[in-house]
Amino acid sequence: MPQLSTQGIVCSVRHHGEHGAIVRLFTPDDGLVAGYVRGGRSRRIRPILIPSNLVAAEFRARTADHLAGLTVELVTSRAPWIGEPLASAALDWATTLTAATLPEENAYPRLYSALSALLDAICHAPSARGWATAMVRFELLLLAELGFGLDLSCCAATGQLDDLAYVSPRSARAVSRGAGQGYKARLLPLPPFLLPSTDAQRRPEWPDIVAGFALTGYYLERSLLADRRGDVMSGRTQMIARLQRMLE
Amino acid sequence: MALLVLSFNLRISYLSIMASQEIEALTQALARLPGLGPRSARRAVLHLMKKREGSLLPLLSALKAVSETLTTCSTCGNVDTTDPCAICLDPRRDAKSLCVVEEVADLWALDRSRLFPGRYHVLGGRLSALEGVRPEDLSIDQLIARVTAGGIDEVVLAMNATLEGQTTAHFIAERLEDKPVRLTQLAHGMPVGGEMDYLDEGTLAQALRARRPIG
Repeated sequence: MPQLSTQGIVCSVRHHGEHGAIVRLFTPDDGLVAGYVRGGRSRRIRPILIPSNLVAAEFRARTADHLAGLTVELVTSRAPWIGEPLASAALDWATTLTAATLPEENAYPRLYSALSALLDAICHAPSARGWATAMVRFELLLLAELGFGLDLSCCAATGQLDDLAYVSPRSARAVSRGAGQGYKARLLPLPPFLLPSTDAQRRPEWPDIVAGFALTGYYLERSLLADRRGDVMSGRTQMIARLQRMLE
Repeated sequence: MALLVLSFNLRISYLSIMASQEIEALTQALARLPGLGPRSARRAVLHLMKKREGSLLPLLSALKAVSETLTTCSTCGNVDTTDPCAICLDPRRDAKSLCVVEEVADLWALDRSRLFPGRYHVLGGRLSALEGVRPEDLSIDQLIARVTAGGIDEVVLAMNATLEGQTTAHFIAERLEDKPVRLTQLAHGMPVGGEMDYLDEGTLAQALRARRPIG
């Protein structure tokens, strides 16, 4: 990648030296790409490099192995929403999860579209319910794109296509209500809104959304974030705690 | 060829006699400081050597005094030569107002303005899931304990206007919401001397949201 002009979502910013910053952008065609922004800590550039902002980016590197120099220009700022507790927790978690789990320079166009739509929903949806389901689906898609997808097409035990109510923690496959009856305590509840056959127009209830977060959280922690230094999930815990406080 | 080797050896010996090991060590130590590189460190060393009485010796005694007494304030987390620090000990400070900042540098920046008459609390960083900074890594529990102990009417959350800074502010606000204190936050928006044309849309949106009546 000696030269690349694209748009990207700012996912992480790490200070480098006294004035610069190493920024990782999630781009539609090249996935997560890192670059060094000279003067990234300056008064002019800091408001542009807020995670979740959409920027026009120009990467320039001498060879493909070098960390590219990066210049950015703001396209869409999502900074006005960082002052709102729930929105800021959601923006933080969505970008942190992306930066923490995706390998660099692998294209994930579906994931890019999903993240872009999710961030817009967080900022513009009239209520948290508008984006909470999108967040669960984004996490599910991310698991699938990284090879840890859940198979929710049919029951793992009986092959049954309907009345799917649980997910097996070991196989990550759906289990029907009847087949899972005796193992209920060991299975993860599967909220109906995640089933491919469910009417997309039907708005899920809050308990279903919370169950969706519990389901994806289990696999994120076990499959993607188990070996990571530090507690990446803490941002998610805060976001869910705020959602639950809103319900009380 | 022999001439070349001789000239190379001469250059090496010339470089090594330019500065002794001690001076070279001083240059290297200064070059590691923020804002200084090898070139500016060399200039500083030359200046110190030229002005031995006026610059080198006072600097030496100041460094020695600070290194012997440097400590972190057990009350607020500020860095000073006494514990509690000079700010916490100052009786003219308003003990009922507490300003929470991320780092000591923020405390110094805010206190330089001499606009805040109260006391401070330094968190020692900001929450960051990516960098693995959790609430227990910051002095949030000490802050809650200070507020719970009573005598504080207002807590000003002066975190940076970044996603991580605001996440930390929201977290602290939630922890303090059941305490009998007024929680406030620094305003975000137009900087003094800022021109609309050069402001990003995020800052402009914040400024518009925080608009207030004139007069």
